[in-house]
Order: sequence, then structure tokens, then C-alpha cells
Amino acid sequence: MEAEDIKRAVWRMAHEIIERNHGLEGVALVGLQTGGVWLAEDIAGALLEIDGIKPPLGTLDVAFHRDDIGLRPLLPEAPTRIPFDFDGQALVMVDDVLYTGRTIRAALDALSSYGRPRAVQLAVMVDRGHRELPIRPDYVGKNLPTRRDEMVDARREGVDIGELVK
Amino acid sequence: MRHLLSISDLGVEGIEEVCRLADHFTEVSQRSIPKVPALRGKTVATLFYEDSTRTRLSFEVAARRLSADVMGFSVSNSSVNKGESVRDTVNTISAMGPDALVVRHRSAGVPHQVAAWTGAAVINAGDGWHEHPTQALLDCYTIRDRLGSLAGRRIVILGDVKHSRVARSCVRAFTALGAKVTLVAPPTLLPPAVDSWPVDIGFSLDAVLTDCDVVYGLRVQNERQSEALLPSLREYTAQWGLTVDRAARMKPDALVMHPGPVNRGVEIAPEVLDRPNATLNEQVRHGVVVRMAVLYLLLVADPNSP
Repeated sequence: MEAEDIKRAVWRMAHEIIERNHGLEGVALVGLQTGGVWLAEDIAGALLEIDGIKPPLGTLDVAFHRDDIGLRPLLPEAPTRIPFDFDGQALVMVDDVLYTGRTIRAALDALSSYGRPRAVQLAVMVDRGHRELPIRPDYVGKNLPTRRDEMVDARREGVDIGELVK
Repeated sequence: MRHLLSISDLGVEGIEEVCRLADHFTEVSQRSIPKVPALRGKTVATLFYEDSTRTRLSFEVAARRLSADVMGFSVSNSSVNKGESVRDTVNTISAMGPDALVVRHRSAGVPHQVAAWTGAAVINAGDGWHEHPTQALLDCYTIRDRLGSLAGRRIVILGDVKHSRVARSCVRAFTALGAKVTLVAPPTLLPPAVDSWPVDIGFSLDAVLTDCDVVYGLRVQNERQSEALLPSLREYTAQWGLTVDRAARMKPDALVMHPGPVNRGVEIAPEVLDRPNATLNEQVRHGVVVRMAVLYLLLVADPNSP
């Protein structure tokens, strides 16, 4: 995927979010640190252009909620910032790449310490398969079949697949 | 890092890492449910051979906010009263499998000894006159939070430096982060080898008051005064106390800090303690998040830990 493809995918996902929620009333976005933050910002920008409303935008770091804590060194990347109350709102969680689903499980756990959204939806730029938990995305930029030994890097400038260095 | 026995175990990078992690835990503490599952299944034991309110409670709150289990031990209601040695007590507690031991003892070096006897991570919560590393870390965090950074800041550590483990840890931490530290104390309350410390020494508070960024008051430790080092508390306050008059000559944004417990009216006047630039309550609040950071670093973030 090139930068133009990313832009089109963001635009389409923004439309799908509006369609699914019948507008943007009571919709908020949360980008997962750090890869999901740029995507959440871009989706929020697209929503503003399409509908004239910029939904509340937060960021969430899930390091303290992961289930592989203790299996590898795990330091948080950037503090969580959710400067709004999302009780009763529809919360769209945004991440760059969906893989095993463990980050999303941790994120769902973390969110419950902040409040109780009416619904949580998931938007990702790339779904690369290999799920280990019963989690599926609501909005997908691109389904990209991969091998486990590959690495997927999704940025504004495009999506790269690289070999995992062992 | 296996243990936290001295500020020197951390170095500059370690102190900054603790502060960075503490930022995250500050955010956690502001959530409607201020608790994360990061240390689920781990056990933290506190082993206090000396009285403490804030340090011990602070460690226990920190451990609980990380979902660890807490085992409390205090001398007053334990088999120490039946003559059990420190080593036997440590062996007994270790046999129950804690992941971290938080140790305070009136003798310097006991936490180092304990570290050799147990497989758990040992955190020094104060040993004699030697060190109290988590106090220094929370003080660094407080100064960083208020003033942005410690680099180039002038910090006056005031009072009974000789008997103070807090002063020893703070001098190490503050100077490591680039602050200029001046010790101000009666000559009888300076430690013997103070010439080798990376600090300036002054005997007059009035001389350094006007251009310092922090006055860090130490408690006059009556329980550790074995000889007559002070003529009287009133004379101490007149010469070295942070009185209302003296506080008025400080820079308006300069901080007044104290590790607590404070002898109101001896080291620092009560009116000065109630001003917004006195950080005592913040220090206590920061103690929890800094200790969460230390527990997290020792029990989770270390790639060598099991």
C-alpha cells in the first residue's frame, strides 16, 4: 500500500464509521499507543471533513494490562490521555495492525478502568490474520495475509512487510 | 537491576526511567479505577524493623495498585520479640515466596545483607544513616514536576545531615541529575567525611537563601541524637530554621521540601509549610507512583528477571 492507498482507506473507514453509527453523535476515538495514534488522528480529520464534527480523540497505552507481562521486557511507550468522559458513548479503538488480538484484549481491559462505553468498535489499517483470541475488527483498511515470521509496518506513508530479524 | 539498595544502583538513566514510568502511573492514579493488573500473582513483603507511616503505607498502596499481594511484617507483633534473628526472619518470609522484599532497619547495610539471603528483589526502604533511595526518587520526581528539570538548579539541604539517610540518597540523586547542592547545617550535624561529597557546605542559611531554587529541610532526629550536638531546639530554629522571615526572602517560585515527619516550628515554621510552594503533600502523593515505578522496574521490566 502506498500513501495514496492509505488516504483512500482512511476516507472509506471514516464513511463506514458514520454509516454504522448513524452520524457522529456520541462517537469518540481512541488511538492505541503508539502505532494507532496517527491513524486515529487521520480518521478524526476525515470525519471532520465529511461530517463537520470532530469527535473527541484520546490515546491509550496498554503495557500494564498485557498478558505477556513477565515474558518479555515491557515498558510503556507514551502515557494514556483520555481527556473526555466516554460513559454511554460509542468508542472506536484505532490501531495500525491487528495480529494476535492480544493488544486489543489488553486495551479492552484498560478501557474498563476509565468508564463504560455503550459500545466498543475496532478500526485497523491492516488485518494480518493469525488471531489467538476471538476478536474481529469492525473497520479494516486492508486484509493482508502474512506469515508469522513476517513483520508488518503500517504508517501514513504506506505499509511495508519485512522479514522478522531473529 | 535486581535490587534497589542505593541510588547508585540506578545511575542517571535509571532515575530518569523511574520518573518516566512514574508519569504513566500518575495517569493510572487519576483513572476512575486506579489499578492495573501488571503485577498480578506477584507478592510484595514489607519488612520494617523501624517505625514508619508514610514509607510503609506508600509501598503497600503502590503494590496494591499494581495488583500485587502484600505481606506486612512489623517488629512489634512478630517473633522478633521472641529473639528471632534478622536472618531467620528473612528465611522464614522467603520460604513463603515473595517476589520483592521491602526492608527498613536501623543499621546500615541490612538490606544488602538481606539481598544475599533471599531470591526476592530487595528494596531498601531506609537503612540506618545510610540510604533511602525511594525517598530521593520521589523528591527528584517532585522537583522535576514543579521546576521542569534538576539540571543547574540550586538545592539547599538544611539541617541534620549527619544522621540523615535521606540526605545521602538525595545528594547522590540530585547531583547525578545535574543540580548544585549546598548543605547547610550546624558543624556538629555534618557527617565526618563530608569533604568527599560533591557538594558545597555552608553554615549560614541566610547566605544561600535568596538565590536557591529548593530548600530541602531535614528533620531534627531526636531519637538518633546520642550526644549533645545542639545547645537547644530554640537556638537551632533561630540559626537554621526556615522561619517566616527567612521564607519571605526566597525566590517566589522556590520550593520548600521535607521528607516528613516534620517537627512543625523547629526546622520549618508552620506558616511556611502551609504555603503553595511547600510540596510535602505532593511528595507523599508522588511517593506512591514512584514506588509503583520501582516495583514495576524490578518485577516486570527487567529482562533478566524470571
